[in-house]
Amino acid sequence: MTADISNKTLIDMHRRMVRIRLFEEAAGKLMEDGKVPGALHLYVGQEAVASGVMVHLTNKDQVTSTHRGHGHLIAKGGQFDKMFAELYGKSTGYCKGKGGSMHICDLELGMLGANGIVGGGPPIAMGAGFSAKFRKTNDVAVTFFGDGASNEGAFHEAANMAALFKLPVVFVCENNGYGEYTAQSNHQAIVDVADRAPGYGMPGVIVDGMDAIAVYEAAGEAVARARAGQGPTLLECKTYRYYDHVGVRGMGLKYRSDEEVALWQERDCIDRIEAHLIEQGISTQRKLENVHKSTLKEVHEGIAFAEASPMPEPSALLEDVYA
Amino acid sequence: MAEAIADNSERELPYVRAITEGVREVLLEQDNSFVAGEDVAGAGSVYGYYAGLLDEFGPERIYDTPISEEGIVGLGVGASATGCRPIIDLMFMDFLGECMDEVANQMAKMRYMFGGAATLPLTMLTMSGAGASLAAQHSQSLEAWICHLPGLKVVQPTTPYDAKGMIIAAARDDNPVIVVLNKMSLGLMGPVPEGPYEIPIGKANVVRPGTNYTIVATGRMLHEALKAATQLTELGIDTEVIDPRSLQPFDTATVVESVKKTHRVMVVHEAVRFGGIGAEIAAQIQEDAFDYLDAPVARVGAPFSPVPYSPALESIYVPSAKSIVAEAKKQLGL
Ligand SMILES: Cc1ncc(C[n+]2csc(CCOP(=O)(O)OP(=O)(O)O)c2C)c(N)n1
Ligand SMILES: [Mg+2]
Repeated sequence: MTADISNKTLIDMHRRMVRIRLFEEAAGKLMEDGKVPGALHLYVGQEAVASGVMVHLTNKDQVTSTHRGHGHLIAKGGQFDKMFAELYGKSTGYCKGKGGSMHICDLELGMLGANGIVGGGPPIAMGAGFSAKFRKTNDVAVTFFGDGASNEGAFHEAANMAALFKLPVVFVCENNGYGEYTAQSNHQAIVDVADRAPGYGMPGVIVDGMDAIAVYEAAGEAVARARAGQGPTLLECKTYRYYDHVGVRGMGLKYRSDEEVALWQERDCIDRIEAHLIEQGISTQRKLENVHKSTLKEVHEGIAFAEASPMPEPSALLEDVYA
Repeated sequence: MAEAIADNSERELPYVRAITEGVREVLLEQDNSFVAGEDVAGAGSVYGYYAGLLDEFGPERIYDTPISEEGIVGLGVGASATGCRPIIDLMFMDFLGECMDEVANQMAKMRYMFGGAATLPLTMLTMSGAGASLAAQHSQSLEAWICHLPGLKVVQPTTPYDAKGMIIAAARDDNPVIVVLNKMSLGLMGPVPEGPYEIPIGKANVVRPGTNYTIVATGRMLHEALKAATQLTELGIDTEVIDPRSLQPFDTATVVESVKKTHRVMVVHEAVRFGGIGAEIAAQIQEDAFDYLDAPVARVGAPFSPVPYSPALESIYVPSAKSIVAEAKKQLGL
């Protein structure tokens, strides 16, 4: 942990992480209680990645997300009321109830959507990077994708093209060790996804994805490289999802041990940054608790908004198929 | 054949277990068959329909693959062209998008392009259908995409009995066969005989006999059509319900025979109506039975939009007994 990160940024990152954590805890409960339909893929455990990357971005910088997308939207400034409303399938949601968890987006924030297709994001981010370069905007595009997604052809084509065209793209692999119920050692013959970067002519960087400050630093370099016209970087963040692939308990399959989960939880990214903030005298226990409290209030207000919102009218069905 | 349903068995199984049994019979019968797909081994698939097969047959027969659909289907194409009889799993039919080259340009065409030199005894299982709020990329019914490809066979079992028998028939077939399953039917109970049996590919099933109206309904819509048929009885309509079961090849003869008897027909599927398989069926009916028709062929399918997430929209998006009855009344001027 180095010093060239401002207190303001640390506090900002912490707040983003807490917002993700508390939103997801609530969303998971809503799903398990049958209050929201469909499938939610929760981001709990991985908060440092989205937060450490997103603090470098403006609303004009674009990100593409994954099926596990709530955290990316929240870290980019997503509003809880519209998010909960979307999960409830309400007309006031981010996608007017048409997309749900797997397609949640906010184009005004530069969030090009969660994606139901594994590997769907990287080519789109590459295109957004192309667009930034073409329009000479100096914006960057960041694509989040999983270890599992790094086995899709789409990722490889996007990586090659981004490097070839020197596009302002950052490939952020959130390696949480599993694609659904399959361990990484069972889905690829390498340990570090970052090893794939040199094959495409871009740097590959490995970072501790449970450490927001480490993510912040590495992402800062990658984003700066992209903005400076030096092309893409592959940033691999080693992280972990605490809950099941879908929902909290999910299918209840035994594909990883309780000990393994506990070991990662001991390295929790929020505990870690909070300890740092207190140790360094940047914040106090009371101030941090207030962040949790005010966020929780925002969660409750968001749920209340969603519950009070109307379902889409039948006439909405055929709207927005075309421009 | 379906006509013999449960003659030798009182046993009922859910659709999901009938799939398992079908695959199991194939693995027992054919030494060079294996299953490959995402989370099919350790997890038994996300819908659980391969549960227990890894334990019984071991990792030499049941393979978890990376998330690489083009690779998975390519594995099936290459292995089937060279002496294996693979069962390939495509978790959601929507992921045809990821592997369409292997399906459309390789699997479907290899035999023909090679002048008949290649044989691809490949079976692909995939899950279709809306109704679970899984939104636009996990709910589609894309049968029309694959029925348009000469060289492929496409079957769509709607009952537990048919699911088991069609998987076995598909695996015994020396052509690539895509078995389109339905996620909302997994819990559906029905009689399933023990041991191997085949539902012949290309043979429709007259599920409910009737005299003055015909509904041809594919996939899960069969069950909606049967409900609709009961409701139509009250209006004096005696509906014959036909499940094509096999979309490619399609059993035109059974449908036409029925229409010649009933003179009025509706085609129902869950897929988007425009350009759906129903358009083809309707065209074939008017070609072969035009003089027998007392009304235009009616079609019921999903409206022209992606599948919406919100239950409020999805519930009106997917055709139902209600929309079938409403369309029938319109067609018949009731
Ligand atoms: C093209 C495609 N294939 C398969 C799936 C089913 N699926 C959804 S999430 C997932 C695992 C993704 O693993 P990873 O990329 O590591 O992301 P994680 O879930 O670990 O965040 C799979 C196989 C999908 N949605 N899209
Ligand atoms: Mg993963």
